[in-house]
Amino acid sequence: MTMIIRILGEGQYDVADDALDRLNQLDDAVEAAVEAGDEAAFTAALHALHEGVRTVGVAHALDSLDESDLILPPADADLEDVRHLLEDDGLIPG
Amino acid sequence: MSLAKRISLIFRSKANSALDRAEDPRETLDYSYQRQLDLLSKVRRGVADVATSRKRVELQVNQLEQQATKLQGQAEKAIQMEREDLAREALTRKSALAQQISDLKAQHAQLQGEEEKLTMAQQRLQAKVEAFRTRKETIKATYTAAEAQTRIGEAMSGIGEEMGDVGLAVQRAEDKTAQMQARAGAIDELIASGALDDVSSTNSGDDIARELENLSSQSDVELELARLKGLGAPQSPDALQAGSGAGEPVVEGQTQAEGEQPR
Repeated sequence: MTMIIRILGEGQYDVADDALDRLNQLDDAVEAAVEAGDEAAFTAALHALHEGVRTVGVAHALDSLDESDLILPPADADLEDVRHLLEDDGLIPG
Repeated sequence: MSLAKRISLIFRSKANSALDRAEDPRETLDYSYQRQLDLLSKVRRGVADVATSRKRVELQVNQLEQQATKLQGQAEKAIQMEREDLAREALTRKSALAQQISDLKAQHAQLQGEEEKLTMAQQRLQAKVEAFRTRKETIKATYTAAEAQTRIGEAMSGIGEEMGDVGLAVQRAEDKTAQMQARAGAIDELIASGALDDVSSTNSGDDIARELENLSSQSDVELELARLKGLGAPQSPDALQAGSGAGEPVVEGQTQAEGEQPR
């Protein structure tokens, strides 16, 4: 089985389920940094997570209309952006 | 992966609530397709806007580099005229310009990055919109309104997520471009007024150039006087001419050198 992971601003990746354990660890670090409000740690952890997804993942077909299972903040996101992503309004234009 | 999961759930619910619903679900496809095309042209405009900003920053870097070269020339001239104070002032301004130039170059790199990202986003959206169009036609041709429901839901949610992502990218690019345009506007004004980084001086405008001009016209007067008195030219007329002629002697030298060959 595979999962589709989207990195916002970058596109979708297919990631095999057995690679998810490693990514989960990286995601824990991102989560911890968000909770601690630690901007520097967040940037580093998000970068590591993105690298992880790009390494274990394969670009999902561009012309597919599949929804992602997981969505990650964009590479240049800061904590403020993540807060916005988790808010209930204003994200999707239109 | 709870953060990513949370973001995906929120993204999905927002994408779904943003969808237009028609009485006949097959019409929903057409509404959505129209919105996709609108977004696509918005992305194209976004790419063009970022490119315009990037070019403006390029132009400013060029202008500031010219000013820096000019200040360097003024400093050299001031030293020839033994006005270390003026030379120091010119070099101080030049070093402030260097800071501006390196800031602008950083902005330029950022804009270039935005431009590339948006261009990629445009390509991704284009591919999905094309896929959606094909799917839409198939659904409309193959299914009755009632049957179409599920298929439409699938097609819509996939494109909705992409639209959310691209919409977000456009918004971020717009914000960044707007910030930079405000700064670029301020720098344009500074360049125009000639008062760039000149916080200490109450006289705006190019006062170094004015003072050097005064100095060299005074020297010219002295030269002329000396000549009229029949005393001949003072020891170093070359330095003064080179100073007031701002590079012309070099050009003349070159054309002479090139002109000698064929004759």
